Amino acid sequence: MILAQGEPLLEWDWIVRHSSQIFERFLQHAELTAIAVGIGLLISFPVAVFAYRHRWLIGPVTWFTGLLYTIPSLALFAFLVPYTGLSTTTAEIGLVSYTLLILIRNIVAGLDGVPADTREAAIGMGYTKRQLLWKVELPLALPVMVAGIRIASVTTIGLVTVTALIGQGGLGYFILLGLRRFFSTPIIAGTILSVAFAMTVDAALLIGQRALTPWVRRKSPGLAS
Amino acid sequence: MGETQVTWFGFLMEVLSAVFEWFRDPANWSGSTGVPARMFEHIYISFLSVGISAAVALPAALYIGHTKRAEFLVTSIANLGRAIPSFAILAIMLPITIRMRLGLGFWPTVIALFLLGIPPILTNTYVGIQGVDADTIEAARGMGMTGGQVLRKLEIPLAAPLIVAGFRTALVQVIATATLAALVAWGGLGRFIIDGFAVRDEARIAAGAILVAALAIAAELSFGLVQRLFAVRLHR
Repeated sequence: MILAQGEPLLEWDWIVRHSSQIFERFLQHAELTAIAVGIGLLISFPVAVFAYRHRWLIGPVTWFTGLLYTIPSLALFAFLVPYTGLSTTTAEIGLVSYTLLILIRNIVAGLDGVPADTREAAIGMGYTKRQLLWKVELPLALPVMVAGIRIASVTTIGLVTVTALIGQGGLGYFILLGLRRFFSTPIIAGTILSVAFAMTVDAALLIGQRALTPWVRRKSPGLAS
Repeated sequence: MGETQVTWFGFLMEVLSAVFEWFRDPANWSGSTGVPARMFEHIYISFLSVGISAAVALPAALYIGHTKRAEFLVTSIANLGRAIPSFAILAIMLPITIRMRLGLGFWPTVIALFLLGIPPILTNTYVGIQGVDADTIEAARGMGMTGGQVLRKLEIPLAAPLIVAGFRTALVQVIATATLAALVAWGGLGRFIIDGFAVRDEARIAAGAILVAALAIAAELSFGLVQRLFAVRLHR
């Protein structure tokens, strides 16, 4: 039998012995996630604002980012490896492209949710287009936008584990290690830490958003679709 | 600079023609490792998993949305579901199914995909049901409708477009992720990607990716159609 019956699911001394390696992999996980969501936002934000102003673009943009979303991550990584190698670049190309659909959709939805009366009032007060965007539309769209950033971050943290297959992976490294050796301790440790990291980031973003938009009383549910 | 462009274009053409050749080769279309067999496996495991997700998430969301009880459960389960990587679930379940003598990759994949399908179905159904106008419900109650009637004749039809959208998101994500089944020695279209990667056959990797994406897009489009049908019926 591959896994002995008596073997405990979690061997604590393995974790203690590998604590510094676990911490290193956690930092890698955080870095891969931060870069992916950061670049994702840098791309999504101008695209979404532009599409919001030129509405006919929303269809093609959603279509294209939706197409990226349907490409299986495994295939994308496998296909990129011969050109960009087992590198951070390969991982980030995949991770960034999966954030775009969620981010763009939520930024546009957030801007769409700004009441027309508010917008008109601001224009009536002589706001320029730029002032309108930065001082009225963006603050009001913030809760929905942050809901998108939360979903994108949580999804990315999960996807980072798959990049273990191309030599990256952050905490996913331990999941792959355990899978290859049929050893459950690293799998469980990697999974629990990854989930805990995702939930911490999710909560931190929610708290940050509430602090920035104190006028919002009810929390906005993050919708995936 | 012009030279680089030519190289990239040439490269793209090379890959495209290799992929084209791959699809034209009859050997890739026959037997238990051919496209139709792998496609069937992929569709089978995706539908089975989403079916199980629906069997769990749909009644739960209808109940929570209708009674407005335990609403915090929806957000927390949806968040937790998104946070647990499918890859990790595969890795955790594999030793367990082997120990229980349930074979290699099939059940770990179904369980991972089942969990992946829950958040979209749960959130969308709940939001749809819970968002039905309170005055409308009160009017229906005033007309003597029971709770079950309100749910069946009012809340579900009004929430139908959102519920269908939830199924759509779940199925598209599950189809794209079912690729991982090949990692734990099961079939599906992921086999082309994993096996192609193992022997450095780029045409096969690309063909596998195209087939998965095509399947996901087909699911997306047909659901879009279903959604429109529901919307049309409502506006009449």
